[in-house]
Amino acid sequence: MRDLGIRVLIEGVNLQRLLLGLAVTARIAFIAVAFSMVLGVPFGILMTRRNAALRFLCRFYLEAMRIIPVLVWLFIFYFGLARNFHINLSAAAAAVLVFTLWGTAEMGDIVRGAVTSLHRHQYESAHALGLSEVQLYLYVIIPQAARRLVPGAINLTTRMIKTTSLVVLIGIVEMLKVGQQIIESNFLKSPTAAFWVYGLIFFLYFILCMPVSRLSKRLERRWQS
Amino acid sequence: MTDTMILDRLNAVKPAEERGAPLLEISHLRKEYDGVPALRDISLRIDKQEVVVVLGPSGCGKSTLLRCMNGLERIQAGEILLDGGVLTTEKTDWRLIRQKIGMVFQSYELFPHMTVLENILLGPLKVQKRKRKEAETAARVLLERVGLYEKRTAFPRQLSGGQKQRAAIIRALVMEPEIMLFDEITAALDPEMVREVLDVMLELARSRMTMVIVTHEMQFAKAAADRIVFMDEGEVVEDSPPGDFFVKPKTERARRFLNIFQF
Repeated sequence: MRDLGIRVLIEGVNLQRLLLGLAVTARIAFIAVAFSMVLGVPFGILMTRRNAALRFLCRFYLEAMRIIPVLVWLFIFYFGLARNFHINLSAAAAAVLVFTLWGTAEMGDIVRGAVTSLHRHQYESAHALGLSEVQLYLYVIIPQAARRLVPGAINLTTRMIKTTSLVVLIGIVEMLKVGQQIIESNFLKSPTAAFWVYGLIFFLYFILCMPVSRLSKRLERRWQS
Repeated sequence: MTDTMILDRLNAVKPAEERGAPLLEISHLRKEYDGVPALRDISLRIDKQEVVVVLGPSGCGKSTLLRCMNGLERIQAGEILLDGGVLTTEKTDWRLIRQKIGMVFQSYELFPHMTVLENILLGPLKVQKRKRKEAETAARVLLERVGLYEKRTAFPRQLSGGQKQRAAIIRALVMEPEIMLFDEITAALDPEMVREVLDVMLELARSRMTMVIVTHEMQFAKAAADRIVFMDEGEVVEDSPPGDFFVKPKTERARRFLNIFQF
């Protein structure tokens, strides 16, 4: 019988290895996303303050994160820090750090947009009730902004999950790298392996991202009614 | 505190002997927006239990004046005193002052993600740190008074404009302020809803709540006001009882303004 490349997936520990790779991807992505969501809220609020120096600093940070590719940031934090300052981060720590810094910047911009879209009257009537600045944000601004930033935040989350495939370049063996190794080691035996391995990886990324977008749909529907 | 005590306190008509003592005093207040004067030199005294209606053409500074009284605007010169205490120092804790000064705005400014009851309880629970049970009783009494108790679990978007404004009035009243400021609160309403909101204000006036009302409802001003303050171009032009103001205004500017409302 002609070899079906799909057999590669169930041979030996290949499937197990791919799933372990998935776990590496998921761990880096979700730790970074969790930190970004939490840190992005205060950062976004800082961006809406009137202080010019503060606004410039926030803007500078955001643009730096946007303009310089994530890959370059990974190199800076993994190789750059070790070489120049003798700070030896593990590859996973460097990855989580870079993705958190990037995610916080992007999340902050989403929060900023949501907060500034609220009407001025919401602030004034909260002030008129005697709410403190912290209470104003806690009870009035953030709950309302949350409803508006869900689509953007979900988009960012899936983007971050997908971008984790870059960490292979600082030596982390994640799902995509495992896939390539499997394809290479089976290249002669089953030339169509690439199709099946990448197919499975596609499916696994989908499994990772789908619950997130399902969650967003549910939240949007709940807050609509 | 028992329910009946709360009820008594909320429904009580204030004793008449308090009447006539100054509650809010403004002297030589000046307010500019980027160098353009909005209020030129305002001096005004509002006594306890007095209902003052501020009239004037749009852009005359009447809303700005109200916002200054509540610390929502910085002022460039002058002084504001509440109960004899100066409000306009650097150290003024507006959070404390605002609990004594209730304010209702023109646009519906209930918090849209909270129910009517949650809107009303936010101030008492979070700012004044009152007990939930006591605050809920107070809210119930007030909501019943304006006929909104059935709507307590509704969200603002499920209410009509008139209902929203009544709820906003309750949200300010539940803090038990010493004075209430109303900034054109019927201006954005459909005509058939104006009445229900004015009725609530009229009832408040009768219970001797001290009030400063900015409005364009002339009939209401006649009925509710103890005093009319007429403003134009950032100044108080006339300050007289409604009987005098509407019948024989002292100034040409007031006459012209009143003529707008004649057909």
